Amino acid sequence: MGLLSDPVRRRALARLVLRLNAPLWALPAAWLERAMRSVGLEVYTQSFSRKLPFPDEAHERYMVSGTNVYGILRAPRAASTESLVLTVPCGSDATNSQAVGLLLALAAHFRGQIYWAKDIIFLVTEQDLLGTEAWLEAYHDVNVTGMQSSPLQGRAGAIQAAVALELSTDVVTSLDVAVEGLNGQLPNLDLLNLFQTFCQKGGLLCTLQGKLQPQDWTSVDGPLQGLQTLLLMVLQQASGRPHGPHGLFLRYRVEALTIRGINSFRQYKYDLVAVGKALEGVFRKLNHLLERLHQSFFFYLLPALSRFVSIGLYMPAVGFLLLVLGLKALELWMQLHEAGVGPEEAGGGPESSPPLQPAQSVGLASLVAPLLISQAMGLALYILPVLGQHVATQHFPVAEAEAVVLTLLAIYAAGLALPHSTQRVVSARAPDRGWMALKLVAIIYLALQLACIALTNFSLGFLLAVTMVPAAALTKPYGPRPLYATLLVLTSPAATLLGSLFLWRELQEAPLSLAEGWQLFLVAVAQGVLEHHTYGAMLFPLLALGLYPCWLLFWNVLFWK
Amino acid sequence: MVAACLPRERLRPLAGWLLLLSVGSVAAGRIEDQTEQFFRSGHTNNWAVLVCTSRFWFNYRHVANTLSVYRSVKRLGIPDSHIVLMLADDMACNPRNPKPATVFSHKNMELNVYGDDVEVDYRSYEVTVENFLRVLTGRIPSSTPRSKRLLSDDRSNILIYMTGHGGNGFLKFQDSEEITNIELADAFEQMWQKRRYNELLFIIDTCQGASMYERFYSPNIMALASSQVGEDSLSHQPDPAIGVHLMDRYTFYVLEFLEEINPASQTNMNDLFQVCPRSLCVSTPGHRTDLFQRDPKNVLITDFFGSVRKVEITTDTISLQPDLEITESSYKKDRMDEELMEPLKYAEQLPVAQIIHQKPKLKDWHPPGGFILGLWALIIMVFFKTYGIKHMKFIF
Repeated sequence: MGLLSDPVRRRALARLVLRLNAPLWALPAAWLERAMRSVGLEVYTQSFSRKLPFPDEAHERYMVSGTNVYGILRAPRAASTESLVLTVPCGSDATNSQAVGLLLALAAHFRGQIYWAKDIIFLVTEQDLLGTEAWLEAYHDVNVTGMQSSPLQGRAGAIQAAVALELSTDVVTSLDVAVEGLNGQLPNLDLLNLFQTFCQKGGLLCTLQGKLQPQDWTSVDGPLQGLQTLLLMVLQQASGRPHGPHGLFLRYRVEALTIRGINSFRQYKYDLVAVGKALEGVFRKLNHLLERLHQSFFFYLLPALSRFVSIGLYMPAVGFLLLVLGLKALELWMQLHEAGVGPEEAGGGPESSPPLQPAQSVGLASLVAPLLISQAMGLALYILPVLGQHVATQHFPVAEAEAVVLTLLAIYAAGLALPHSTQRVVSARAPDRGWMALKLVAIIYLALQLACIALTNFSLGFLLAVTMVPAAALTKPYGPRPLYATLLVLTSPAATLLGSLFLWRELQEAPLSLAEGWQLFLVAVAQGVLEHHTYGAMLFPLLALGLYPCWLLFWNVLFWK
Repeated sequence: MVAACLPRERLRPLAGWLLLLSVGSVAAGRIEDQTEQFFRSGHTNNWAVLVCTSRFWFNYRHVANTLSVYRSVKRLGIPDSHIVLMLADDMACNPRNPKPATVFSHKNMELNVYGDDVEVDYRSYEVTVENFLRVLTGRIPSSTPRSKRLLSDDRSNILIYMTGHGGNGFLKFQDSEEITNIELADAFEQMWQKRRYNELLFIIDTCQGASMYERFYSPNIMALASSQVGEDSLSHQPDPAIGVHLMDRYTFYVLEFLEEINPASQTNMNDLFQVCPRSLCVSTPGHRTDLFQRDPKNVLITDFFGSVRKVEITTDTISLQPDLEITESSYKKDRMDEELMEPLKYAEQLPVAQIIHQKPKLKDWHPPGGFILGLWALIIMVFFKTYGIKHMKFIF
């Protein structure tokens, strides 16, 4: 799978790295400090370190340590109560060097102006987002992800807004803006409108999700392109990953954007002066703010940079999907009571209560077992892969990351065999209608979960609702069982993830073959587990502890005997 | 006055005396005309109350508006002791100001209206509705310094200029309170009853400014506004160096008009009404003159904007006769005032009688909402499913 999948190579490299005890590429912290100080900023550094739960194959790191360097430009005539941040994340290779140059140039220019009412922090982080997370945790004096970071020596007041910059070349043809953040949080729409205004004023070409703005909204092409952009945003928001440093700022309610410079094969190129002018305009406008950005929307979907869909328009869609579940639950409840009322009519009168109670108690007892077992499977899915990675690597020729992913998939698939085992545990006195009670409980559980998810991360809630609700509503133990089984498997959370990966690449006009898709799926699963441990992303726990047990309940309903 | 009979030898000098006297009386007649013109307007002193009701950096233009009017009024002769200037005053020293200690009213920074000699009487958080009304009505605590008082009498012409953010019937003071048009009209009525003004010119430059003068009911008030009800007053020009809009359109064109006025100008109010037509201002300026006794074309701009002391040097003696007509008409005017005052005592602020005795308004019938219909359908469906349809005959 990666550099570390051959166990022999892995052991050699581990020994080498331990001996050197040094990372392969380090930020030139001393040089940065000197450069910022010569510009006239107050410079401080911060070191951080962390041991990841398992080696990160995408970034090739395991024991992470680094230094963040930041310089503060103090407002000349104001008390340092508020600040703005310009951050440049530097990764394990020098892909963001141009951005550092632009940052220093902007710092020198800003230092000569007297109209700053807020402090400006110029932050260069190491190890991309890990460094940003360490800095933010130290700045706000919290510890949510288990990062060991040294406390900050210098602070500048409450952060009002932040802009993250990623440039790899010194000429750009377009600027791409990313808004989706950790767990699907979004910055205030005003910040995006601000950036878009400066794109227009400066004549820069700005893209969203890598797609150009549709010019013609009257024919079919414009709305179609808008729909593609919208679907891309839905998929990115549903994944819950921070797509840039801005995603981590959003957790502290600091409005932030990431701007990426793209150099493609286009005739008209802009140099960094044009980009710098746009950034200067953005910062000057943010300087005029008296309050935090709060007038515009926090929940929206973007078909284009200049258009948005507000929550009032898209929330009813999920409402209707959950209404399906609600109506199905109502129908099951009435059928259950009809079944209970049936013997009552035959007996008539007050003798109805005793026969009803044993039926109900048996129903409840037969419910508890599947519930507990499904939840236990979910817990196993959440805890075992990371916990058992060392055991797995000892017995199988796999790397730790592979072990985690394969254990996860194994437990997931093992859940499919459950109904055969639970039937033996539960007594065979389960009445014929017991599956209705289980399905009722499962439907209510699913509806509650999806409602809660849709409130915080609408895209994830909608995506899961669209796939899981039809299958959940249709599941019955009688009827064409193989058909229902395939339907249920195809709409399980893992299959949804696989499908959305294919859809995502299809929309980006870089379609995947099956093998590539499978590889991407494995990488995505590993990244999901890793990001849960390093940044606190909630996709993995939601799927493992919430939706997977719920799906297992439906699987149990399907194979009810 | 000539003696009845005189000896003939004295007639020639007498004729000479007659001629001289007649010439003198003709000249005296001209002087009397001039003195009549001299006392054409009834005021002897001028005051100005200039109020800017907004603070914060993005309301730079309101402070620039007020300071520009202040500058013109001072240039035309009203001294600082007769000007009450109320400003939020956080523009010149705002950390966002790239030119500290200045407030510009024209782009390219042609005119700094802040300067060294600006005396702000009410600054920052002292600009409140309460302080404004106390200044107007004179109900001020005795410890207030003279510079913060409006010490006007019944021969004062007062100019009141207000600018800020307003709506239909109200004006916002510093983001926390409002003054309504009714309160303002009542304050002016208090001023009239206490004889605190001779004539009053009220200018307002806000959105929907005309709503603020709709409720005036005291005599001798002329009012101008920058926009009608339902219209917004727009700002004039943003300055890229400073980063905000510098002036509002209406005040900008009023100022251009005032820059051409000098203390000796004979320009009258009708010209001021024509300033800033719709093509320049985008909003429609309005004015109200029905409460004013004189014809606006006889009212000079300097009657309100300047402090023109009428001084004429003459070597002739003028004996002023009590003009019976004028005293009678003024006596009648006083009597008429008292007669008219009864019906004008209270404006119909809240028609209580109507409210108490009105019939209930017939509201339009709306069909029940989808939610309620759905809820009832659900309840009925559940009921009949549970208990069986055979129970229906017991219900209906």
